[in-house]
Amino acid sequence: MKDYDLVIIGGGPAGLAAAIAAFENGIRDILILERDNELGGILNQCIHSGFGLHTFHEELTGPEYAGKFIRQVQERGIACKLNTMVLNLDSDKHITAVNRKDGLFTLHPKAVILAMGCRERPRGALNIPGYRPAGIYTAGTAQRLVNMEGYLPGRNVVILGSGDIGLIMARRMTLEGAKVQVVAELMPYSSGLKRNIVQCLDDFGIPLKLSHTVVGIQGKYRVEGITLAGVENGRPVPGTEEHYACDTLLISCGLIPENELSRGAGIELNPATNGPAVNESLETSIPGVFAAGNVLHVHDLVDFVSEEAAAAGHHAAAFIRCGGNEGKERALQVHCGNGVRYTVPEFIRPHAVDPDEKITLRFRVSNVYRNMRVAVYAGGAPVYRRKRPVMTPGEMETVHLDVCTLLQHPEANHITVTLEEV
Amino acid sequence: MAAKILTCIGCPLGCSLTVEMDGKHVRSVTGNTCPNGEAYARKELTNPTRIVTTTVRVCGGKLPAVSVKTASDVSKSKIFDCIRALEPVEIPAPVVMGQVILSNVADTGVDVLATKSVPQESGAEKTRF
Repeated sequence: MKDYDLVIIGGGPAGLAAAIAAFENGIRDILILERDNELGGILNQCIHSGFGLHTFHEELTGPEYAGKFIRQVQERGIACKLNTMVLNLDSDKHITAVNRKDGLFTLHPKAVILAMGCRERPRGALNIPGYRPAGIYTAGTAQRLVNMEGYLPGRNVVILGSGDIGLIMARRMTLEGAKVQVVAELMPYSSGLKRNIVQCLDDFGIPLKLSHTVVGIQGKYRVEGITLAGVENGRPVPGTEEHYACDTLLISCGLIPENELSRGAGIELNPATNGPAVNESLETSIPGVFAAGNVLHVHDLVDFVSEEAAAAGHHAAAFIRCGGNEGKERALQVHCGNGVRYTVPEFIRPHAVDPDEKITLRFRVSNVYRNMRVAVYAGGAPVYRRKRPVMTPGEMETVHLDVCTLLQHPEANHITVTLEEV
Repeated sequence: MAAKILTCIGCPLGCSLTVEMDGKHVRSVTGNTCPNGEAYARKELTNPTRIVTTTVRVCGGKLPAVSVKTASDVSKSKIFDCIRALEPVEIPAPVVMGQVILSNVADTGVDVLATKSVPQESGAEKTRF
């Protein structure tokens, strides 16, 4: 098999944007490996609108957003292998993959970009008692069945979890003629966008029950009903059980970055994100292996996936051109201060970045915070401050750090991102 | 005079807006922290609109259905009329992104467009799981 300079694992929004950016930075030998039979990834099943408001200033549907990037990949003649499953990545960047045409094959590129996306948390990870009847789907599976395969998975639906996919599916199932009775959310707040709560639930009179969860599933061969109960301090409250007769339960309880391949390669993972621990160049613990998009940490807007992946493509191109500069630079670890759950990147090497550039630091907060200030310190010295009227766990925060300012504090041995009272 | 309560969708603050109505006219909006909140409340209570997205059947295509959207937003009260008007539609492959699937859907004056291209099925290529 021909050897490529850059192999990108995954042809969704992250893989496409990374490929285009690497091409624009002078790399020509690029191969995208995609396991589905078309490019675009999960965007293909997200037929609702609202994508691309940040990037294109218009409200696109998922397939339209993907289409813009697919066209750019095709115009540049970037090679893709569809229906191709990557089986293994090793610490020396050997990729083993298989498809029907080439059979089993191995690649040994100079650089790899991980763009495998994420998966939904399934029922098995939720500890819901009861039988395992037909009629229980993750929201994304139901979305694929309805929007791409043309099947309606049920007519009388209860949804557990108020993540955006669950909310979107509440509307979608309703439009397709199903009755969505209720959306139950374990937490006292929804992790979904306000816009989706209004336009997917309120518009159709679907109730959202916060601090509620499923405590029972009835039916042996097909779901016949669901029992919901109120939750206090993380535990169901006896006596608050309510029964809903239904034939379908959709689960929208969070997304997990898909890092089976990364783990196999021995890439260091961050337990807070379940994604690779990366430096400011989005490079993992294996030099020349980069990561971007939902495989790195779960995003709420595809625009930021594209932006992050373009950065990974740019850095991978630099790696291919000049080799790595690993070990040559001292890396500052980024610490999570008050109210910060995780940051990406986890390490910053100020000297590895062009001094005119800015370092993008993305993070999530651990609770709902009002009128707080985001502050970043290099050692003990403040390097960034900004007031935020509201921050929620469902909304990713971004900080752009001046490299120049960081370089003024050579004594600093770490960076801290924290929330402070104003 | 009736008061209506809505949630602003402008930003993650999600202000709870109280709107005093005088018949069909908005008398006052309270609870908003910025002007966008008032504008949203006025639009939402006088002329609420949505972009409608769904799928229609495709015959002879690589996929059994194609995603579609209304070319611009339509009145919220017309959502189900649009869906019903699209229910019997079946479109022959190939379908090209941006192609008009149904014009003037449910007398809204708005066309429905394909949001994806679906090529014709080429025999053995079709993959089913």
